[in-house]
This record gives sequence, C-alpha cells and structure tokens, in this order.
Amino acid sequence: MCNFYTFALTTKTVNVCFMKKTIQKIPKILPVLILFVLISFTSMAQNALSGTVTDSKSGAPVSGMTVTIKGTKTSTQTGADGTFKLTAPAGKNTLQFTSVGYVTQESTSADGIFRISVVQANQVLNEVVVVGYGTTRKKDLTGAVSTVTSKDFQKGNITTPEQLIAGKVPGVSVISNGGQPGSGSTIRIRGGSSLNASNDPLIVIDGIPLDNSGISGASNALSFINPNDIESFSILKDASAAAIYGTRGANGVILITTKKGKGGEVKVNFSNLESWARISDKVDVLTGDQVRGIINANGTDKQKSQLGTANTDWQDVIYRTAVSTDNNLSISGGIKKLPYRLSLGYAYLNGVLLTDHLERQSVGLNINPTFLSNHLKVDLNLKGVSQKTRFADQGAIGGAVSFDPTQPVYSGNGNYGGYYEWLEPNGDLILNRPNNPLGRLAATDDEQKPRRSFGNLQLDYKFHFLPDLHANVNLGYDISKNTGTRFIPSYAAVGYNINDPYEGGSIRYGEQRKQNTVFDFYLNYVKDIAKIKSRVDITAGYSYNGYDQKDYNFRTYTAVGDTFAGTIAPGIKYHREEHNLIGIFGRLNYVFRDKYMLTATIRRDGSSRFNEDNRWGTFPSVALGWKIKDDLFRASRVVSDLKLRASYGVTGQQDGAIGNYSYYSYYNTTGVNSAMLFGDSTILAVYPTAFNANLKWEETTAYNLGLDYGFFNNRITGSLEFYYKKTKDLLNQVAQPAGSNFSPYIIANVGDMDNKGVELNLNLAVIRKRDLTLDFNFNTTYNKNTITNLTALRKDANYIGQLVGNADAVNGFIQINAVDGPKNTFYLFHQVYDKDGRPIEGLFEDINRDGVINEKDKYKGHSADPSVYYGFSANLIYKKFSMGFVARANFNNYVYNNIASNFGRYNVVAGAYTIGNASTSYLDTRFQGTTDLQTSSDYYIENASFLKMDNINMGFNVGKLGKYRIANLRLNAVLQNVFTITKYKGLDPEHGNGIDRNLYPRPRTLSVGFNLDF
Amino acid sequence: MKNNLKTLLAGLLLGFMILSGCTKKLDLAPNDAVTNDIILSSEIGYKQALAKVYNTMMVTGPDGSGSGDLPAQIISDAGNSDFLRNLWYLQCLSTDEAGWTYANNTDPIGIHQLNWTSVNFSVKCVYYRAYYIITLANNFLIESTDAKLSSRGISGTDADKVRLYREEARLIRAYQYSLLMDLFGNPPLVTDATPIGSTVYPEQVGRAGIFSFVESELLAIETTLADPKTNEYGRVDKSAAWSLLARIYLNAEVYTGSAKYTEAITYCKKVLAAGYTLHSDYKELMLADNNLNGDEFIWAFPYDGLSTQTYGGTTFLIHGPAGVPGNISGCSGTWGCIRITQQFVGLFDAQDVRGQFYTNGQTLIMGTLLGDATQGYSSTKFRNLLRNGGPAPRIDAGNTFSSIDFPIFRLPEIYLTYAEAVLRGGTGGDNVTALGYLQQLAVRGRPADPNAAAFAQLNLQYVLDERGRELFWEGHRRSDLIRYNQFTTSTYLWAWKGGVASGSAVDGKYNLYPIPSDDLTSNPSLVQNPGY
Repeated sequence: MCNFYTFALTTKTVNVCFMKKTIQKIPKILPVLILFVLISFTSMAQNALSGTVTDSKSGAPVSGMTVTIKGTKTSTQTGADGTFKLTAPAGKNTLQFTSVGYVTQESTSADGIFRISVVQANQVLNEVVVVGYGTTRKKDLTGAVSTVTSKDFQKGNITTPEQLIAGKVPGVSVISNGGQPGSGSTIRIRGGSSLNASNDPLIVIDGIPLDNSGISGASNALSFINPNDIESFSILKDASAAAIYGTRGANGVILITTKKGKGGEVKVNFSNLESWARISDKVDVLTGDQVRGIINANGTDKQKSQLGTANTDWQDVIYRTAVSTDNNLSISGGIKKLPYRLSLGYAYLNGVLLTDHLERQSVGLNINPTFLSNHLKVDLNLKGVSQKTRFADQGAIGGAVSFDPTQPVYSGNGNYGGYYEWLEPNGDLILNRPNNPLGRLAATDDEQKPRRSFGNLQLDYKFHFLPDLHANVNLGYDISKNTGTRFIPSYAAVGYNINDPYEGGSIRYGEQRKQNTVFDFYLNYVKDIAKIKSRVDITAGYSYNGYDQKDYNFRTYTAVGDTFAGTIAPGIKYHREEHNLIGIFGRLNYVFRDKYMLTATIRRDGSSRFNEDNRWGTFPSVALGWKIKDDLFRASRVVSDLKLRASYGVTGQQDGAIGNYSYYSYYNTTGVNSAMLFGDSTILAVYPTAFNANLKWEETTAYNLGLDYGFFNNRITGSLEFYYKKTKDLLNQVAQPAGSNFSPYIIANVGDMDNKGVELNLNLAVIRKRDLTLDFNFNTTYNKNTITNLTALRKDANYIGQLVGNADAVNGFIQINAVDGPKNTFYLFHQVYDKDGRPIEGLFEDINRDGVINEKDKYKGHSADPSVYYGFSANLIYKKFSMGFVARANFNNYVYNNIASNFGRYNVVAGAYTIGNASTSYLDTRFQGTTDLQTSSDYYIENASFLKMDNINMGFNVGKLGKYRIANLRLNAVLQNVFTITKYKGLDPEHGNGIDRNLYPRPRTLSVGFNLDF
Repeated sequence: MKNNLKTLLAGLLLGFMILSGCTKKLDLAPNDAVTNDIILSSEIGYKQALAKVYNTMMVTGPDGSGSGDLPAQIISDAGNSDFLRNLWYLQCLSTDEAGWTYANNTDPIGIHQLNWTSVNFSVKCVYYRAYYIITLANNFLIESTDAKLSSRGISGTDADKVRLYREEARLIRAYQYSLLMDLFGNPPLVTDATPIGSTVYPEQVGRAGIFSFVESELLAIETTLADPKTNEYGRVDKSAAWSLLARIYLNAEVYTGSAKYTEAITYCKKVLAAGYTLHSDYKELMLADNNLNGDEFIWAFPYDGLSTQTYGGTTFLIHGPAGVPGNISGCSGTWGCIRITQQFVGLFDAQDVRGQFYTNGQTLIMGTLLGDATQGYSSTKFRNLLRNGGPAPRIDAGNTFSSIDFPIFRLPEIYLTYAEAVLRGGTGGDNVTALGYLQQLAVRGRPADPNAAAFAQLNLQYVLDERGRELFWEGHRRSDLIRYNQFTTSTYLWAWKGGVASGSAVDGKYNLYPIPSDDLTSNPSLVQNPGY
C-alpha cells in the first residue's frame, strides 16, 4: 500500500511515496522528507488522467470542481469524494482546475495522477486582518502584522490568553511569570523599546484597550480573559501598523478578537480539560544528613546543639500534584436574524504550591445583528469574570530552600499550629527567625475575589446615500472590583505577638475599584475606482480613554478583631487616581493596480500625565507595499505570492515609568507610623512630591522592511522582516543635582536606545492529502539592543550607567544599563579561580589595577536577554487522529543564579542564629560567606540557552455519537513543559530579567479533555 | 461627489466638536493629595510641613519602616536608609567605637576598614538624606515668606507661629550643612534663593564658605528662636543654635584653618547659663522614657515605638549590638552586627559604668571583623526599657521599634567643648571651671569610685578619651579623632583600621568622605574631594 504526496515543484510534479508504516514515524524522518521534496523525479507520460482535489485549508475533498484539459474543451467535474477521471490526447497532460470560490490553478502530472490542493479564493483575496480601528484586506497590508487564529494556538491547560501564542510569532517573546495559576507572562515584541517605562504591548480586546496595570487580587490582568473565547490575535509589530495607537504603540499592539455568533442553526460546544501538574524539578539543596555532617565538622557547640535528627525535604513538603479542571460551554446560533454566541466557563485551577488556587467563572455574550437592510451592523460584546483566589504565601518557596532540613515538619505538640518552629528554651517563639514553610502556607489565608467586566457596543453604519462611507461608534467599558481578606490566625508563628500570644495574627482587608471607559468614533470610506485602477480606504476618527482607579484604605486588625496599638482608622476612604487619553487619528490605504500599496497614518494624542505644553504629541507613519508576484512572477508556478513592504513610523510610550501626576508637586500626608512627636502631641507630617514639569512622551521611530512569500501553491509561506527601532527621550531615572528637587532621582526624558532585528517566519504545508496533513511552523528572531545615550550631556564619559536588576543579595543591583551596550548587562566582579578550577572566595580580578577591589573593578558582561530565539511547531492530522508539538529555544540568554549566590555558602548552613540550608553550590565552592562581595561575582552567571518542549498534544476525533449521531466528540491530551535542554544548573533557565530567585516553579502538566459539538 | 465630501466634512467637524469638549479632561489631580496653596493655607498645615523637616531625620520614609524618602538608586533597601543609622556608620563605625559583622545586611561595607568609595551606600545615603532635608527646609522657607503668608491670609499669632517654624527650619538646614561640611568638606550650597525643580546647578563654595554660611545662619536665628526650654519637646530652641555654634567653632580650625576656640567658649557659656544640669544616673540616659531627661538634653529626636517606626534610629542601637538578649535590650533580640574594638574598651576601667559593655559570650579581642559576631564586646547602652525596668509602654506587635530618644545635643558635650576650647587657648573661660566640668562627668560616670573627681585631668588627651567614654555611640567619635589628628594616622590604631587586625594608618584622603558619584554625574560643576 502506497500513499502519495504530491508537490508542484518548479514545472515538474513530484510524487513521493512512503509505506504506511513510515508515515506513522513522520516527525522522525522529517529531514529525509524535506530532502525528498527538494529532489525532482523524472517524469513518465500517460494518457489516462485522474486524481483528487482537496481544500488547501481543511484537507477536505472538493466536489463540483471543473477540471479542463489545457488547450482543449474537454472537461469534467470532481465527484463528491473530490476525484475525477479524464482521457486526454497524447501529450496533453496539463489540467486547469476552476471553481467559484477557488483560485484557478494549473497543474501538470507526468504520470497522469493528480493530487491537487486548491486554495479558497476569499481566503487569499478577501481575508481580512484586524488592525487598529477597523480591518484591512490581508493582501493590502503594508505593515508587519502577524495573525494567529485559534487553530494554531498552544494547547493544554492555559489560563491566560497570551500563552496561546507563545513560540508562535517571530519577534514576540512570551515568558510565563511562573507556575502560579493565572500568573500570566511577560510579553516583549521586538525587544522592548524602553528602559524604565513599560515594555508591555498594548492589548486591545474587541476594540477596548485594556488597562494592563493590573488588578489587585489577581496575579495578572489578562487572567480575566477566558482563552476559550478567543478567535484570533493580530499582532501589530511595526510602527506603520501600531502608529494608529500613537502614544501606546511603541511596544507593539496585540489585538484580540473574541468569537462571535455566526447565525444559523444552534451550535453547542462543550469542552472539558482535566489537568495534573507537578513540579518537574527541585532546587538542589543539602539533605539533613549533609547539614549534620557539615555542622558537626565545622560548627560551634551551640550550632551542633541546634541540629535535629530529621531529613526533611521541605520542597517535597510544600509542593503537591495539582489537579485542575477547566470547562467551557458555548452556544451559538441565530434567533431569527440575531446571531449570538453565549459562552460559560468554569475553571478550578490548583497551584503546585500548597493552598494556592484560582477559581474562575466567566460568561461571555456576543450578539451581532444587522439592521436597515444591512446598513447598520451592531456588535455587542459583554464579558464578565469572577475569580476567587487563595494566594499561597510564596515566601514558603524560598523558605523551603533555606529552612533547616534536620528539623521535622511537625513539633508533636499543638503550639503554633503544630508546626516545628525555632523556640526559646522556655518554649516562646524566637522572633525574626525563619518560619516553618508549611506553617507559613497553612497560616496565611489570603483570599481575594476580583471581578471584572468589560464589553463594548460597536455600531457600524453604512450611509444609505453613500454606501462606501461607514460611521463607526465604539462605546466600551472595563470595570473591575476586588475585595479581599488576608487572615493570619493568632496561633501562627508568622506575625506572632510575643507580648500577648492571644493578640497575634492579623486580618487585613483590601478593596480596589477600577472604571475605565472607551469612546471611539470614526468614519471609514472605501472606494474601488476602476477608472484609475485604484482603491482608497480612508479612516478618520476620535478616541477617548478614561482610567479611574480607587484603592480603599483599611485598618488592620488582630486575628480576633482588636485594633493594633498605634494604628488609627483611615481618615480618607480611598485613594483615587485618574488619567485620560484623547486621540484623533486618520489612515489612508491606497492600492494602485492591486499591486502597489500605500498606507499612511497619523495620530495626535493628548495625555493628562503631562503639563499643557507637552501634553500633545503627533505620531505619523507611512508604508509602501509592492506585490512583486504580480509584476515579476505573474506566470510563475513556483512563486505563488511575493510582496515587499517598507515602513516608517513614530510611536510613543508613557506607561510604567511615571505616575499620573508626576509633572507637578503636591503634598501627601505621612502614615501614622512615620509621624512626628512635638511635645505630647503626635503630628502627621505633610511632604511635597518630587516632580518634573518637563515630562513628555518617549518617542520610538521605527523602520521595517518585510518580504511576504509563498511558494508552490502557498505550500511554503512566511515572511522575512528587518527592523530598526530608535527610541529617544527615554523616560529614565535621572540623577538630579543634590538639593534641586525632592528626590535625587526623577524621571526625565533623557537617553536613546535602539533595537535592530531580523525575523523569519516559515510555514510548511508538508503534506496535504485527504487523510493526512502535516504542517510545520518555524520562526526565529534576532534582536540586538543597544543603549546609545543616557545623559543630558551626550555620552558623558563620567557616567557609568544605571544600576538595575535588584537581586535578592547583599549588594543589590547586579546589572547595568550603560551606553554602547544592551540593557540588563550583568555588571559584576570577575571571579578568580584556583589551579583546580575552584572559585576563590572574595578574590576577583583587579580590573583597573589599582590594588584595591572595589566598585571600579566590576565589568560589563553578558546581557540577560537572548540574542536569538526560535519557535518551532508541527501539526499532523491523520484521519481522525491529530498530534502536534510546540518547542521554543533561546540562545545566549544569561542568568544570574541568585539561589546559588544567596544560599551557596557555609554561613547560611550555620546561620546567624539558627541552622539553615544551602544550595548544593556550596559543595562546589565551599564558600564560607565571610565576604559580602562574593555575591557580586560573575561566578553566578551562567549561559542559560535552552530548548524547551512547551507541549506535545494529541487529539482523536471520535466522530458522531449516539443514536441520532448528532454530537461530535473529540478527545485530546496534552503534556506541557515536556522537557528542557539546557546547561543552566538552576531550576529553570527562563527568567524575564535574567535573575533566578524564588521562582514559582513552572510545573509539568498533563491534561486530558474532550470536546463535544452538536 | 459633492454630497460625499459634505458628509465627510460633517463627520470630521463632529469629531472636532467632541474633541474640544474633552480636552479639559486632561487636567487631573489625585483626591487625597493637595497642592501648596491648599495645605499651606493654615498654621496647622505649616506645622505639618515643618514636622516633615524634623521627622525626615528620624524615619526612613513617609509610611513606616519599609518606606523610603530616597530612591533605590541611592540605597536599594529603603528600611536601611535613615539619617541617624547612616550618620552613625560614618561617625562611629568608621572609628574604634564599633566593628561590623556582616549579617545579610546591605551596607556599611568598608566603613570600619576605612576603605570606602563614592558609591558606598552609607556615604550616598547620608549625603542625599542631608540634601533632602535641606530641600524640604528650603521649600519651607520659600513657602513661608511674609508675602506668601499674607497671600494665604495667615496673620496675627498664626503668622508669628509660622515665623518661628521658619527659624527652626533654618536651624535644621544649618545643622545638616554642618554635617556635610564635617563629612564631605566641600559640598555644594543650595538655599531658598534657588527655585526647587529648576535646572540651576548648585555650586561648591569651599569648606570655609559652608562654614560661614552655617555660622551666619545660626547667628541670625540665635535671637529669634524660642528661649531655652520653652519650646515643645523635640523642637529646637536658642540653646540648640548655641550648641551647634559651639560645636562648629570647636572644629573651625579643621574646617577653615583658623581657630575659633574663644567663640566656642562664648557659645558654651550661653548654653551653660540656660539652666541645664547633669542627669543623676548615666545609665538612665538612653532608655525608653529618656524624654524625662530634659534636665540634660538640649535637643533630642523623640522616637516612639508606634509613631516613628524605623529600622534605623535607636531601634538600630538596641538590635544592632551583638549578643545582647532581647529581654535586656527590650526588644525582639539582637541582629548580631555591632561590636566594639578592644582599644575602645580599653578607655574604660572597671569603675566606669558608661561603656555598659555586654561581655557574655563575647571576646574582648576583635580577632576577625566579618562573620563572627562574638569577637569584640557589645554594649547595652541603649535599652528599650523604662527606668523602673519595665517594658516600653508603646511597642509594636513584633517588639521591634524603639522608644528611646536620641540626643543631638546634651549638656556633657558643652562641658567637654568648654574644657577643650580652654585647653586649646580660647579665651573667656578658665581652667578651674573646665576641670570642674570634667570632674562632674567623671563623678557621674564612676558612681562607685570614691575618688572619681580625682580621675579627671585637664589635658587634651584626657578630654578626647573622656569624650569617647561620655559620648560613646552618639555620633561624635570620627570628628573628635580628626581634630586630634588620630583618625587616619598611625598615632592611634585600632582593630581593623585600614583592614588590618592590628590596625594601620590609611591615606589622609579618608579624613573626608567622597562626594557620591551620582552627584558628580548630575552636577558637572562639582569637583571631587582629593584622592577619590
């Protein structure tokens, strides 16, 4: 039995034959397969022509397609199974395949057997892409825009939406913030254009720019978006695409479109996913026996007397197998002419850290009817999410690494909850000592109930007298409210009150409300002007975004509800901050002869965060596109698509670095614990805030050169992009002359930085057969970040740079942002080693040869950011079975092992007061901990390049079920965080800022689930 | 086509209409903070603003022990950023008075070894804390001119009160400049003549220039401040100005090259005439209820376990000393940091109660500096307990924060300054009186010694040693050793001076601290101290 794969390759047709058993091993023989593709086979002539036509996208057979022998009038139509047969005159072996809705295609077969994959016409011609304030035809795109639709999403137990596209898009790095459910990710598009300001992209969901500043009570603002509701992502990467978002576009824009109702008969989908997660590895620390050995050999009598007899692995104690469930029900259809989609989600997600969980209920409603004989389109989206979270005390993670392993978990009596704690001889708790990690977890009941609702009503009116003109109004809201309580019982060792054991513990309330509003209005005029072979698409509009946040003030009480001495009830109910953004924008898309494209946009933005003189900024962009295919490769069968794009644009940034009112000074009142005693009275002081009247936007000017390509009937597609981004007026912490302001550092617009990069995206539709499809995606990004200036006096040689990267260590900052280097460059001493290659404690290279080891001997080393990163995914569908994987790799990302530097020395075992535990790094170094300079050693820097198998997924389409065969069942299984290949010695090589400390471990998760459609 | 254009135009106009209505929405303010004109519309508001000038010297920031007035670029651990603690590092830890055991703490590295740089946390912290206080004081002066007061409708006794606050702000500013002069030599001078937030670079005026600024300020306000002992406890009065004048005159030769011992005596005498007396029991000086020591304290920082919570201040001085159990120091226990060199312990004999050394589990000899908190004696001079031995009444749940007030000026310093100024040739005083003062201190310090008065000697080395004994850990030692030329030289060596166990001389540049590198970068007009 032989399966055929047909490729149109240059002008010849290639037939590749594999035995069936080989097919099942396809991922392994991939290189061979690609090799075969590239080899052409000799042709053989035949008269009887036959074959099958399938849809390029779905792989399904296409019936009713007209098949004509080129140069004759002989034709036939494909049958229900997509097959056809023809008899052709000798020498005529070129067939034309035509059908309404499909791109006409020609093909030649040497052996007379055709395996044709046809491309839907609208897919190519009219496929639209969501861009800012509207959509555009994909073929008219001139900017760097990547789209990811639901079929390409990452699979498995995914709790926040951005993880759906991890590893899927070149130029977009998505690093999860750790293993806590809902903890989200750090997203960087093209390296990030800011130093101190936010490098997070703007996220717009169905036209509502989300306030990404976080919501109290939730570990991540994006955790309120149910990933199951998402239809697609559009990622605007270059300034041409993002400039329409003006001041918020500098780090790219992610547009999320949620699933809509499609009308027609009722469709119900139910999905269930059950997950089991475990930590995949532990921090390597000493065992109880090792600690006993070390202390008995080196410790004082007092230390020896503290040793216990247990061998407790505290990490085993605090982690668990976390079982989670995620269920989603969606109903879509049309009530008369009212298309709707209703979705309900319920997830109960447990963290691998004991007590940690997130319960999420979500509801989404979309209705999108049209009125006035299709002149008025209404699109109403409403989303509501209610979360109930218990946050585990993550201090237990570090505690489990450093707590004495010779002690038991439980003390054997009921004091302090029954947990072993460090006690005085009389049984009193010793304050200021590490607490039992399990006791911390059990005692800290931090329950938060954040709720968020966002939605919008979008009205799109096509003028009756001028149907080419649309008016679009978008009214949106994003409100959230969190109420929470953090309770610590009075018996707990954490927060113990030695003066009054019955008055310990605490209850702390919290409440936050946010109310954000969106109002957009724009006019859109689209006209094909056949006379001059032109198409114009003009948009002009106005946008208002209001952000309003209230944080409520509460008094903290003891566990039994008494007040704490020295505290007072808050005088002011809440602290409220607002900021508003107003923008006017315009966009022109002009297409000439369907081949030459021009896009120009402009936005003028005003922000309440700046004083009147600097409040407004203008952000233009222009981009050109040329469909080379239509000019130079018109007849080519190899080149199915080729488009060159070039763009220039300016975008801004203001988020993250500055407060809402930083441009003027105002007075705040000190808290009751920072008061002043004048005589017998306690007086609350007032103090003026530091300010900078001259603040303005950061401005990023970006250039992009892109090439979109498609070869062999678009079986090979992708894009290649080159970009250059230059940011000026960086919002930087700038030292002020002492005595000139209310802080020695204020945020000021000083400094320049650039990012240069290359992105490559490659999609291979390796196999397109009725029963078998195989797709590969490969993407890679090279980014080089360089700081070009940081001082008001350009390139001031006296200025070494900004120290950043505050490690959990003695000497604080371990990185530097300095001119001519990339941001987050490690700035440490150069370790000296003995003849056996062991680091000598406290001995570093005297780099400036002045005989003293001090700050001046630190050197600029590697950067924390990778130079190159890759994403690689594959999807195989064979009949009812599907499988795929997603892998990612980073190269030359360096990590400071803060666990080893903090816990890799003798005096953390011996402890200042009580026995502790050390990283096994101590066994390598035998550092004593006698010099605080040691943590500033480059010994702790490791190359953390890695290859991660993010997930391997499998699905099986069982098919129609039941007597009436109405319900379709699909089963799936996903293994996430499958393996990591790295030389890095710590727990996980992936850290957003290059500092590895107390990361909530990213677990390995197995999920199984089913999908039921009817 | 015409219609199309009309529609387009109408749409655009509509857009601009909405736009113009919304631009006002760009002027916003927070609900719970107010601008100058609002907060400073009453005498109470001014008093609150003055309170910040004071309490910035006591706590690290506006909202409890973890908050910081200084940004992380200056000191990454806000809780460690207070004025007194860092001043203590520069003035006491740099001398024989203390050595530091590393115990997971972020800073005072290199201070005791007399090996510091322009990026040292403590150096930066004292410098920038001083300028923050100076800026707050300048702001207060800018906002409290007669013109501002009348424009805000403040008159009569309210205006008089604010005018008194002004003089206190000037004294605190002068005090901060006196410290900058002492520690950094040639700091830039910025006054209320420069608007805050301007881009004018403050300029250096030389050490003598700072001296004359401080002197002229103090002379200007010595008559307008409140009379001695009439102001609220915690606030300064005339005697504080006189005490500071006496202190800078005593050191004038170091600062300016010309001696002013006569002036030192003049201002000592003003203080001595103000009615202060020695408190009877030396061991009661640094207790939680030492606010009762108004007999001796001229000006003290009023700490309170609940209202002024900080990991610096006297909280640091109860937790810092190594080995001292919590029940003795009156807190949750020791942080195991501070010990005392054997040389300094040697200044005290067994009769002297002032060292209040804690020796249990500690060795006399500081054989190692880092890593072992048991080497070197500790001290229980500061105890968060009442005179009757009971616990401090106002203590937080964690038993952390101290209520011990910290005296900036107390009578014995005036006695010792008088004696030294007389010995160094100042006129207006006499040997008999000088010796009498020294005897009073010796008698109090040696309560069990029947011949205590005879212990006192009228010579310079005795005065230096007696300053060490009497003012131990109160922030004077470095200035005293410099005045006696013993700080960097080999004349006097102590354990780990210069990074050597037996002590060694260091470069004379260490008589001054370097101007922090941050300020050299931000202010191109500055010149670094020699050698750094």
